[in-house]
Amino acid sequence: MNSGVAITGMGIISALGNGVEANFNALIKAQDGICFPEMLKTKHTSLPVGEVKTLNLDFENKLQLADNRSYTRAALLGIIAAKEAIKSSGLNAKELLTTGFISGSSVGGMDATEKYYLEYESSDAHHQFIPAQHPGFTTNKISEHLNIKGFTTTISTACSSGANAIMLGARLIKAGELDRVIVGGTDCLTKFTLNGFNSLKILSEEKCKAFDDSRNGLNLGEGAAYLVLEAENLAKDKRIIGRVLGYGNANDAYHQTAASETGEGAYKAMKDALEVAGIGAENIDYINAHGTATRNNDLSETNAIKQLFTSVIPDLSSTKAFTGHTLAAAGALEAVFSILSLQNNLIFPNLNFSKPMKESGLLPITELQNKTVNYVLSNSFGFGGNCTSLIFSKNE
Amino acid sequence: MSRTVYIIGIGAISAQTEESIFLEKPIIYNSNIFQAISPNFKEYIPAMALRRMSQVIKMGLTAGKMALQDANVELPDAIITGTGEGCKQDTEKFLESMLSQQEELLTPTSFIQSTHNTVGGQIALNLKCSGYNVTYSQESASLESALIDSVLLLNEKPSLNSVLVGGVDEVSNRITSFGYLNGFLKEEEIENLSLFSKKSEGTITSEGAFFFNLTTENIKDSYAQLKGVTNFKAESSIEISEKITEFLLKNSLRSQDLDIVFLGKNGDLEQDKVYDELQNTIFSETCQLAYKHLSGDFKTVTGFAIWLSCLIFKKQQIPAILKLNAIYGANPKNILLYNLSSNTNHSLILLQKP
Amino acid sequence: MSDLRTELKQSIIEQLNLEELSIEDIDNDDSLFGDGLGLDSIDALELIVLLEKDYGIKLTDPNQGKEIFISINKMAEYIESHRTK
Repeated sequence: MNSGVAITGMGIISALGNGVEANFNALIKAQDGICFPEMLKTKHTSLPVGEVKTLNLDFENKLQLADNRSYTRAALLGIIAAKEAIKSSGLNAKELLTTGFISGSSVGGMDATEKYYLEYESSDAHHQFIPAQHPGFTTNKISEHLNIKGFTTTISTACSSGANAIMLGARLIKAGELDRVIVGGTDCLTKFTLNGFNSLKILSEEKCKAFDDSRNGLNLGEGAAYLVLEAENLAKDKRIIGRVLGYGNANDAYHQTAASETGEGAYKAMKDALEVAGIGAENIDYINAHGTATRNNDLSETNAIKQLFTSVIPDLSSTKAFTGHTLAAAGALEAVFSILSLQNNLIFPNLNFSKPMKESGLLPITELQNKTVNYVLSNSFGFGGNCTSLIFSKNE
Repeated sequence: MSRTVYIIGIGAISAQTEESIFLEKPIIYNSNIFQAISPNFKEYIPAMALRRMSQVIKMGLTAGKMALQDANVELPDAIITGTGEGCKQDTEKFLESMLSQQEELLTPTSFIQSTHNTVGGQIALNLKCSGYNVTYSQESASLESALIDSVLLLNEKPSLNSVLVGGVDEVSNRITSFGYLNGFLKEEEIENLSLFSKKSEGTITSEGAFFFNLTTENIKDSYAQLKGVTNFKAESSIEISEKITEFLLKNSLRSQDLDIVFLGKNGDLEQDKVYDELQNTIFSETCQLAYKHLSGDFKTVTGFAIWLSCLIFKKQQIPAILKLNAIYGANPKNILLYNLSSNTNHSLILLQKP
Repeated sequence: MSDLRTELKQSIIEQLNLEELSIEDIDNDDSLFGDGLGLDSIDALELIVLLEKDYGIKLTDPNQGKEIFISINKMAEYIESHRTK
């Protein structure tokens, strides 16, 4: 029987707050973290975002970082979240020397690149950031700071990166290649991504309305989240907070950015995840949907869900309206939310919903709901057709 | 029980060609940044798709298709890509427009194509391949990460039998030239073939795409067996030697069993000392080869050495232009690739003649 | 009047990297999407920016493009009646 891979710790920072507890409190009170950009210096001040309201400098002081100031914002967010995960799992410095680290990031240190790009040739003041543009730099900064010395890599599959990192970690443990690994993702708000999504005309000027008939785009967000995964022999005497039971990865192979109307890739990813988990579709108690609130994603995702869950569609919500779409971190943030759902037997609401999509009539859960939750399916889809689904379960 | 993994198809685009190396007529460059020799991309990519592709996408997709054709595979089960620096040309284009136009009137094409998984996504789109698809971007360990995942995947699913895996990186105008500013590139322009005699800091760079079709069946024309891949961090030369010995042991080999060691020397005075030490100790009796004087140094350049190794096995010929010492690796059977970057990131790839 | 059409063809070829085409290859009534020129949704977004940049026409809903980018003639007609520069 498949018992999945044990999760022994988790940590998170998002627009909802710093730490698991702050995020949980916001979720149960239905308080979103969406407002206009203040930390990010952009011209687009009327585009709502899910921003972490702490300046890099304040993070650097809090973390007592050395003076060379070569941490990208994604690295700072990542360090905060990974530290909480390490603490909650009770890992010591010696254990970290053999722990793996798999992080997802889409734009890595683009925040630094866009700030210093035009001055690199005339001044050497920020040359330490030249290699920061690429995601691996941010991952290495986090692992170096925390002195994590095991197998380290970075997955960059746009908005499914964090989910893929969790999947790879679980697979490496199952295969016996690693016995302990920290997995998740980090991305910060940048002008680059804000303007990029804006040029695609898929940012909403309002708070996003996932699965609503009048949805008109997403809100970007920033954040980081990590889980600690451990092999059975290490986890057996520890508090296991949940399990990674299943995972599926597929490609929609339809369009560079848009999802196919039938959601072929999404369907295949969810189906594979159920197969790996060894459970039937009817066992899923809650779907934490990708639900970005773009016209395209929500329809495609709904169609894929309808195709897979033929008799009854499980309770479903998108938590993007709380945090904004945090790109590579999204799958990791939502993994933490999925575990909170399992631990507390709660389903978090899909905010800002009023009218079902006329094509499907799908009704997400709009108020906090208390019910037994044993299995959660979490979806993360991205540009390039990358679709990943994860299944989390209670430790039983 | 782990399955044996074979390379049955190869596709490579780089600053050299198979002929330039094996006929000993290396292509000479006189700038520290040089471009790959492009094949006729139109033979591989429809014109309507080709028109908006940057170099990295064209190279990646074409090399991927070459590897599939070479292996006679129409549709792989999975596509796994490594890229250290992703789509620099499109990133640069979008970034420069954004900065010069003060965030106004931006078009989306270069943004869409700036994400690191663009190449992997485009290969899937072109082949209509809905299978497993992941992109790794871990600096100089990006291709190695992709290879590690490929082997893991083939071992997990017996039903799965064909993985297209590769590494790709491109040169871009501005971002690549930043290498002159932070010491990655040599200050003084050199001729590529003089890379190892210059004794100065920094290196030379270029671009390329190297794709491989992996399978678990040893068909008669497979190029090589992929025995093992690992990345590790180490600081002292003793620690490095220990890690290498440990890796070989895990694959039931000793250093004297190696016929060839392919070293990632890049002409950087400081970093090459680590290689020098290994050349004089554990590899002193082994045929030593180098390649970055031909390919330039970039994040996924170990793909170039894998490609060369495959050809060396097939042809049973070691081009003189690669050789660092006088030991002749007759009938090569075991090749070890060792690469070092940023002084602490090491990678090992072990290939065996099937 | 035909100048605008020629100008449009030139900008479309440049903006959408249609290197294989020349102005003569595009007929004023050819459909730009689907079976005609074969443009796609990404091109449509490029054309929206082109309208704004070159003619001062701002489309608020990307779906509007569908009715405007039918052919060179349709585009030209729309531009003539809506241009602000």
